[in-house]
Amino acid sequence: MTSGIGRVPAAGGRQKSAIARIVIGTAALAAVAALLLSTSERAGAQTIAITGGKVHPVSGPVIENGTVLVRDGKIVAVGANVTVPNGATRIDATGKWVTPGLINSLTSLGVAEINAVQATVDRSARGDSGIAASFPVWEGINPASTMFAPARNDGVTSVVVVPTGGLIAGQAALIDLVPGTLSDMLDKAPVAMVAQFGDPRSAGSNARGEQYVRLKEVLEDARIYARRRSEFERAQTRAFAARRADLEALIPVVEGRLPLMVNVDQSSDIDAIMRLAKEMNVKLIIVGAAESWKLADRLAAAGIPVIVGSMDNLPQSFSTLGNRQDAAALLQRAGAKVVLIGNGSGEEGFNVRNLKYDAGVAVAYGLPWDAALRSITLSPAEMLGVANRIGSLQPGRDANIVVWSGDPFEFTTKVEHVLIRGREVAQPSRQDELMQRYKTYPPAYRKP
Amino acid sequence: MRIQRAVALAAAVVVTLDGCAPAQTAPSTQPRPAAPAGARADTGRAAPGAGAISTPNADPFPSTYAFPQTRATLIRDVTIMTAAGPTIQNGSVLLRDGKIAAVGTTVSAPPDADVIDGRGKFLTPGVIDDHSHLGVYAAPGGDALSDGNELTNPVTANVWAEHSVWPQDPQFPRALASGVTTVQILPGSGNLIGGRSVVLKVVPSASVQGMKFPGAKYGLKMACGENPKRVYAQRGPSTRMGNVAGYRAAWIQAEGYRRRWDKWNADHQGDPPQRDLGLETLAEVLRGNILVHNHCYRADEMVQMIDIAKEFGYKIRSFHHGVEAYKVADRLAKEGISASLWSDWGGFKMEAMDGVRANLAMVSAAGARAIVHSDDPSGMQRLNQDAAKAMAAGEQIGIHTTEDEAIKWLTINPAWALGLDDKIGSIEVGKNADVVLWSGNPFSVYSRVDRVWLDGAAAYDRANPASWWRTDFELGNVPLPNGGAR
Repeated sequence: MTSGIGRVPAAGGRQKSAIARIVIGTAALAAVAALLLSTSERAGAQTIAITGGKVHPVSGPVIENGTVLVRDGKIVAVGANVTVPNGATRIDATGKWVTPGLINSLTSLGVAEINAVQATVDRSARGDSGIAASFPVWEGINPASTMFAPARNDGVTSVVVVPTGGLIAGQAALIDLVPGTLSDMLDKAPVAMVAQFGDPRSAGSNARGEQYVRLKEVLEDARIYARRRSEFERAQTRAFAARRADLEALIPVVEGRLPLMVNVDQSSDIDAIMRLAKEMNVKLIIVGAAESWKLADRLAAAGIPVIVGSMDNLPQSFSTLGNRQDAAALLQRAGAKVVLIGNGSGEEGFNVRNLKYDAGVAVAYGLPWDAALRSITLSPAEMLGVANRIGSLQPGRDANIVVWSGDPFEFTTKVEHVLIRGREVAQPSRQDELMQRYKTYPPAYRKP
Repeated sequence: MRIQRAVALAAAVVVTLDGCAPAQTAPSTQPRPAAPAGARADTGRAAPGAGAISTPNADPFPSTYAFPQTRATLIRDVTIMTAAGPTIQNGSVLLRDGKIAAVGTTVSAPPDADVIDGRGKFLTPGVIDDHSHLGVYAAPGGDALSDGNELTNPVTANVWAEHSVWPQDPQFPRALASGVTTVQILPGSGNLIGGRSVVLKVVPSASVQGMKFPGAKYGLKMACGENPKRVYAQRGPSTRMGNVAGYRAAWIQAEGYRRRWDKWNADHQGDPPQRDLGLETLAEVLRGNILVHNHCYRADEMVQMIDIAKEFGYKIRSFHHGVEAYKVADRLAKEGISASLWSDWGGFKMEAMDGVRANLAMVSAAGARAIVHSDDPSGMQRLNQDAAKAMAAGEQIGIHTTEDEAIKWLTINPAWALGLDDKIGSIEVGKNADVVLWSGNPFSVYSRVDRVWLDGAAAYDRANPASWWRTDFELGNVPLPNGGAR
């Protein structure tokens, strides 16, 4: 927080664009574009050249001895024969690997600092009979969280922060891990509506069928509400199945503009939610997805992205009896869009950084290496509708770039540089400070 | 315990607050034992039965583990991380009669030996997890299988984890398939003193006795800090000072009990004292027959527990979950206490806030025994990766750990914590033939377990799914492993 935002010319632009995406309707798009242009022009030139590295653009083949050129927060050139302009700041990546910044698509980063300390946990709304669609989880994000630096220092540049609990938990946000205010960090909000379906005792229900009917009822009412808003305001409609704010929040979902991200594990539940989504014409993302591999062909055919971990192989509940560690590989082989998340499948904050190891383990269990990298960069960007800005190294994309000492998935590999929106961010984490303090015995601070 | 169970604890306490009686004041309704056959006549009265006598090292639930009949097996041309010395390149290991019979670069094998080509592969000792709740928190979970925390009293030294272990827990075969051959199953951390642990071999059996490691000492689970004071917030202890008063009160009782029984066992004068299961376990700790495993996150609390141990004359064998062990690593080294740690679990509660990834490397560099443990059925399957993360984090702050040292974190060091370092934990002649063949360097994210031998018997072969151990629970419930993974 202390280092100047001013060092990132593009940040101002993003800040405003993020807010714009939240609060400004379609009618104001032209004004937003003008705003972006003006801030970008104000930003001033800053050019960085990352040279000599093994470049993984993800959107195209690997470039040996490649250069990535960054100007004003954006990537302007990627290739083997890129001319580095005079005055550019050079980062020598000879012998290093260069990839897009990693995207962790299921986290509680910034909304759950210490899980057991309620005062630091901000991810579950009370809602109304299991429905909290209007809950904007990002309003609780604490930019001062100590969890951001470890994630960023391990190559994660963007994360999805998800609400939890209830049948419809609320709205998730995509944030970039830049130092600054919440407005600086917000990338796209909402980026998805989050729900859960399945285990009969969850989501405040007693049976799966009850959850199904309730979800359907609420989605139907959102559709009706969208058509009859003015009658609703005059109290000329029947009573709806959810509060006004929740129905309002669900309109982009029933209009197919905002994906419904559903935590669901058992294959029969995935089947049910796919039927419901088809009937309601809702764009679906499946999360958790223990038994999704059983329906891999259908998920692929329907173009439904599947968010899975690579470390889940335990039948830890009756809904996850089919858990297997090669689920990502089986889904990918069937042609489904696979998005990997860290820590197996949890949405905790502390180990958002371990995303790269989930990718490595997925490779050990049969996912091709390139597909594994894609599953934590471009595939989540596509799933979230932001692939035109992040997730790959191409001209025009945000300069979210990581330089690694070697294979990003290996334990011995170090992160050497992290750029977010074209700015190198290198801040020691609280954990780094603790380790520095105690690395000698007795610790330096204890000496007289 | 980690957060999932911490939540369960919080819920459980609500229903367990009523009707709990302190273990130490169990109603003395025990009848005078009947005279067994062969009662001593010279006392003029019936001698008590075994169940009434508090006998040191008693073994009322003896292991029935049967050492397997095995063919000799030679694993050759393999990189051997022995955990007892430098890595041997292109080495061979001979397993015979359940033991490691030869290790080196030139090993001759009997003509009928199975010969395994280890080219490009790595061989390590069987992985040992000294902190597990397999069987006591069995999959698929739920109240029916939640048997790890007897939350009816802050001191339940009277309970034994083995009486909660479900041998059909489908988590066992997955542990084996990741190279884990020996586990310590502990009671949970909701109590100040949670009860006895049990050391198991990861093998199929209809009873827990069939898994028990023959001759292994018992452990005692103790817990510091947040968990007990949260669970007993209403009835106490509700503070850390209350916790400490609770430990001390228990040890005071235990010392008196030990004295009374040691005297009676020596002279058999008069009535035997009243037997008390909880105090008996604590007395065994005081006699050095049971090893103390102390769940303790914070450095300051570890130092207090060390003083309590000195006050009552017992030793702490290992601090578990010591996320702050790196702050007092020099002290742990001096006291000869091992630290059972994660690489990067932390932050989930206040006392876990200061977890750092180099903890294992820092503790190891200070000369204390570092152990990588799991407390988790998923993490348990990747203790090698946890070690690799900690090595890398150490490098980043200038603490170099060799692979030969790091392999000890998951083999010989936990073997020591269990008092079994003379039997398992390294690839040395005479040790039990528990070995793991990895597809590559175990500290690489890409390496997988290809084969496991336990007491010389082929226990797991990745290439042969039909041979994989499936628990009774899995039949009909869990899909057949049909493609090299489960």
